[in-house]
Amino acid sequence: MNEPRALLILNNLSKTYGSNRVLDNFDLTIFDGEFFTLLGPSGCGKTTVLRMIAGLEDTDTGNIQLENHDIGQVPAEKRPINTVFQSYALFPHMTVFDNVAFGLRMSGVAKEEIAPRVTEALEMVRLGEFAERKPAQLSGGQQQRVAIARAVVNRPKLLLLDESLSALDYKLRQQMQIELKRLQRKLGITFVYVTHDQEEALSMSDRVVVMNKGKVQQLGTPREIYEQPANLFVAKFIGEINQLVGEIVEIDGNHEYEVKVEGLQWRLHAEHNFKVGDKVNVLLRPEDVRVEYIDDPHPDQYLVGEVIERNYKGKTLDSLIRLPSGIEVIASEFFDEDDPSFDYSLNQKVAIKWVPGWEVVLPHEV
Amino acid sequence: MRSSFGSFRFWAIGLASVWLTLFVFFPNLLVIFTSLLTRDPQATVSLPVNVDSYVRTLDVLYLQVLWDSLRMSLLAMVFCLLIGYPFAMAIVSLPKRWQPVILFLVILPFWTNSLVRTYAIQFILGNQGIINKSLIGLGLIDKPLQLLYTQFAVILGLCYILLPFMVLPLYSALEKLDIRLHHAAKDLGAGPLSRFWYITVPLTSPGIVAGCLMVLLPAMGMFYISDLLGGAKNLLLGNVIKTQFLHTRDWPFGSAFSVILIVLLGFMLWLYFRASRFVSKQGGLNGSDF
Ligand SMILES: Nc1ncnc2c1ncn2[C@@H]1O[C@H](COP(=O)(O)OP(=O)(O)O)[C@@H](O)[C@H]1O
Ligand SMILES: [Mg+2]
Repeated sequence: MNEPRALLILNNLSKTYGSNRVLDNFDLTIFDGEFFTLLGPSGCGKTTVLRMIAGLEDTDTGNIQLENHDIGQVPAEKRPINTVFQSYALFPHMTVFDNVAFGLRMSGVAKEEIAPRVTEALEMVRLGEFAERKPAQLSGGQQQRVAIARAVVNRPKLLLLDESLSALDYKLRQQMQIELKRLQRKLGITFVYVTHDQEEALSMSDRVVVMNKGKVQQLGTPREIYEQPANLFVAKFIGEINQLVGEIVEIDGNHEYEVKVEGLQWRLHAEHNFKVGDKVNVLLRPEDVRVEYIDDPHPDQYLVGEVIERNYKGKTLDSLIRLPSGIEVIASEFFDEDDPSFDYSLNQKVAIKWVPGWEVVLPHEV
Repeated sequence: MRSSFGSFRFWAIGLASVWLTLFVFFPNLLVIFTSLLTRDPQATVSLPVNVDSYVRTLDVLYLQVLWDSLRMSLLAMVFCLLIGYPFAMAIVSLPKRWQPVILFLVILPFWTNSLVRTYAIQFILGNQGIINKSLIGLGLIDKPLQLLYTQFAVILGLCYILLPFMVLPLYSALEKLDIRLHHAAKDLGAGPLSRFWYITVPLTSPGIVAGCLMVLLPAMGMFYISDLLGGAKNLLLGNVIKTQFLHTRDWPFGSAFSVILIVLLGFMLWLYFRASRFVSKQGGLNGSDF
């Protein structure tokens, strides 16, 4: 892959509403052609960032550069950026065709060119035969696709999508995720996608920024964010995670530490620098936890816990196991009918292990 | 619960129907009937039934009055729209808590009888009125301008009295307008003028039509305005009707004019409902069509 080229740079953006600091020195670089996602809980400032990029919101401080030009003074209608709004915001008095043609007409595209381009855009979202309908005569999913067509038909440099799929039901959402991703590859347009749904973010994006309270928590590929969360917030927000508390007892150098967890000493790797005596969080994804019978031979050390709940989830079997310290650990294992060792009963004592190196060690916080 | 609501509905609709029948339907029927009778110096009206009164309205003189009053009312409507639209937009752009205050000020003049307010305009426009006196005082003119007893004065009076009827429906239409549609239009490259023309105007068109009718319909009949401000030459249809009943005492003829006015207004209302149905279809509210 070529060296990525920065398309959009957000520099030190801040925004305060009254006493509510919505964005706090927010920096971000978005590369040309990528599917970029802003992920964070509701109210963390995602929409505000999008609106600033679109030009619909002023910034208190900072600047926004598109292809190395400061666009802070460029009004929204002059930016080569289009938005698929959270509410779709389709024009109710216009047909689907006129909705999609609106941007082209505004930018003075030649009349002969408008109809073919609108038709092409509608075909692309598979709404060709709905051109003469009014938005109110379409289902939610169809309206959403009109909103996408209305934006992409302008061939923007940047397409902003604000929680575009969250109003759809589960099945349609899954389908639209795949379609959006396919569309993005086909058009080669840079997408900036906003969502509070971590699964959606992980499955669609080239890169993700996790935000909380107007600040960047972590920027990286979905895999980096999932496997190497930078802090407890990210770890918890990106899916379920088990949190064990440990203490550094020895430094083996080169980011290797001897850590005391649940009364046993483990040799763990950590990206952070710790001193002896530091408290740490040892984080484990449920699917990285192994549960085994205690009477099997165990060459490595393991924790002992008691099965207190079991949930059959279709593909996986989730067990909730209580450790002697009272901490509860979730183990999520792929269901294997042929494996007899899978059949723990409630209150049974079991051995808990994980593949060394799959844990994440972070400074202790609650 | 349900049945008490049902009986409330029964009484409410029943009362309204009785009211409308007694005080709207029968009087109108009476007017129509009167218009078909013959004038009688002794008994006011008498048989035989005929359409002479209608034939007489076809006189050029009366057609001229009809045309004049339609034109003055239309002009008043246009000016009310031109003043009322920006005004309503300004109200909507104010902070939410100020809007009711301004709306209250808009309807405050209703508390004073409109006849009294029309006299006030007369004082302002007269030869000895504020405008002429100050212009003369400033040395801009030597003789007073003829402001009173002109078409201009009638139109001004109509605008002044009827402006609130334009502002209120426009305000309620503009207030409902979704700001997010403006953001979307902006995002798609529409500047302020395009946004106004392609988003605001079409989406507030029911308010525009309603406001226009609320001005136009009463304007045709406001005889006291042309009496006080228009003099003898600038008559509204209402003046003709009033004269026939009160001075000439030709009730059938006056009734014939009333009927014509009612038919005219009814026709405009019909246009309005056509238009608003059209708009609501435009708005996509009629999803059942498909
Ligand atoms: N116009 C506004 N006035 C006051 N507060 C606002 C305004 N817009 C957004 N906020 C506040 O800013 C915060 C971030 O909002 P938003 O960017 O919409 O979050 P998100 O899209 O991540 O849910 C929220 O606390 C919200 O209440
Ligand atoms: Mg949002």
